[in-house]
Amino acid sequence: MSEAILTTTPRQRALGWLQPHRVVLIAIAAALVLAAVFTMRWDWLPKYFDLAVQGVWRTIWLLIVTTLLGFVLAVPLGLVQVTGPWWLAAPARAFCTVIRGTPLLLQLWLLYYGLGSLFPQFPWIRESFLWPYLRQAWPYGVLALTLSYAGYEGEVMRGAFAGVPRGQLEAARAFGMRRWTILRRIWLPQAFYRALPTLTGETVLQLKATPLVATITMVDIYAVSSRVRQETFITYEPLLLLALVYLTITGILVFLFRKLEARIPARLG
Amino acid sequence: MSAVASLELDASKVGEAAEAIHVENLHKKFGSLHVLKGVSVSARDGEVVAIIGGSGSGKSTLLRCINCLENPTSGLIRVNGEEIRLKPDGNGGSVPADRRQIERIRSRLGMVFQSFNLWSHMTLLENVIEVPVHVLGVKRQEAIEVAERLLARVGLAEKRDVYPAFLSGGQQQRGAIARALAIQPRVMLFDEPTSALDPELVGEVLKVIGDLAQEGRTMVLVTHEMKFARQVASHVIYLHEGVVEEEGPPEQIFGAPRSERLKQFLRNIH
Repeated sequence: MSEAILTTTPRQRALGWLQPHRVVLIAIAAALVLAAVFTMRWDWLPKYFDLAVQGVWRTIWLLIVTTLLGFVLAVPLGLVQVTGPWWLAAPARAFCTVIRGTPLLLQLWLLYYGLGSLFPQFPWIRESFLWPYLRQAWPYGVLALTLSYAGYEGEVMRGAFAGVPRGQLEAARAFGMRRWTILRRIWLPQAFYRALPTLTGETVLQLKATPLVATITMVDIYAVSSRVRQETFITYEPLLLLALVYLTITGILVFLFRKLEARIPARLG
Repeated sequence: MSAVASLELDASKVGEAAEAIHVENLHKKFGSLHVLKGVSVSARDGEVVAIIGGSGSGKSTLLRCINCLENPTSGLIRVNGEEIRLKPDGNGGSVPADRRQIERIRSRLGMVFQSFNLWSHMTLLENVIEVPVHVLGVKRQEAIEVAERLLARVGLAEKRDVYPAFLSGGQQQRGAIARALAIQPRVMLFDEPTSALDPELVGEVLKVIGDLAQEGRTMVLVTHEMKFARQVASHVIYLHEGVVEEEGPPEQIFGAPRSERLKQFLRNIH
């Protein structure tokens, strides 16, 4: 079996991949694309192209920044619920419950309209170096999406930490590892590996939560498509393109997470 | 430093091998359950102490109290002449007073568990070098050389890059023994090392442990393998309901038991 693969040439492999059902599917996809190109209106595209690129970029960095920050928060949120004293575990549990129990849109608006209108009332905030940032919308978008991801993933990490076999942690203790070393070398890696398949799905969900920031004036890719509709009265084409953009980003995300999962050391016991 | 000094003092005073493990009047309660009721055990350097007893007799708990995996309710524990400092936990029990002390003591006690407990996200070699590198501060390259020697010794040289999930129970346990040996332990603690193994895999693990006993390693061994205990132990302790019912050399314990309960126990085993 493996020898057969080793002895085939790239050309043979390419031909082997091109099986009848794949050829038909490719043809159908090509027909759809061509139909869309020739029967629909795309004349607005050059004018909005730069804005769209900016929008895509904004969506992507929003996703990356909020998932990374959110995960950094999720680790302690999950950990203290498994092993922490009650005065840490209880607030962490409460935070996760509130975040998971209320709509993200609501959280976003509470932060943007709530904090955003509270801050200007304090002169010392208005005079601080942070004010130029706090006047803008994006800090609130980043904050809301980060807290949301932290809340959901805090719960995921709680389960992942709890799922690591106690015996392996006990072995680490029995050999004199310090608590921080146990977390860094044994507990967190295994919890992360366990959580990874779930995190893939959650990150895709996070991507699809990003358009909400358009409601607080951030111009992500979704906001660009809305603007095209408002200014040109063309509805369907921008939405179609939008769908394609999200699909592509999702595809890349899933691909990257699969790569990461493939590097996980074998099966966990 | 002070541990070494007191160790030498002990040795010169007694005029024979120093005590590696000394447990005195150990009590352990789990809630209202009184598991250990004033147990005293000691193991001198080079001695192999086997602890036997029925299930629920407290033998595993006793072993796990030596390195404070279970906090003793009360009692005195000395490892290599150094007393583990305990303080009241406010709940009628006690906890180690100095976390660093207990970590240092643990890092010289090689524990082998009933369920192996190899770290499943690391290869066998990584398992064996983990504690030397990340606890004892040994250079990675040196640790790898030692680990390779140890893996060869337990017959797993060619399995060094395999994850535990792909090893048989016997191989995992031999790997776990190599991991414990890698820290150059003063004492090896075995907690029913063959109880979770399929019968045909027990022999290979016992052989490794037997070899260690022969080369004069200090070991405390909780086991159900009476024949094995008789072969390798220099001292046998029979625990019954949290009390040392009888102890002595293996010939006496297995050949001429005095206590009625021990006789009964040995009859039921065979």
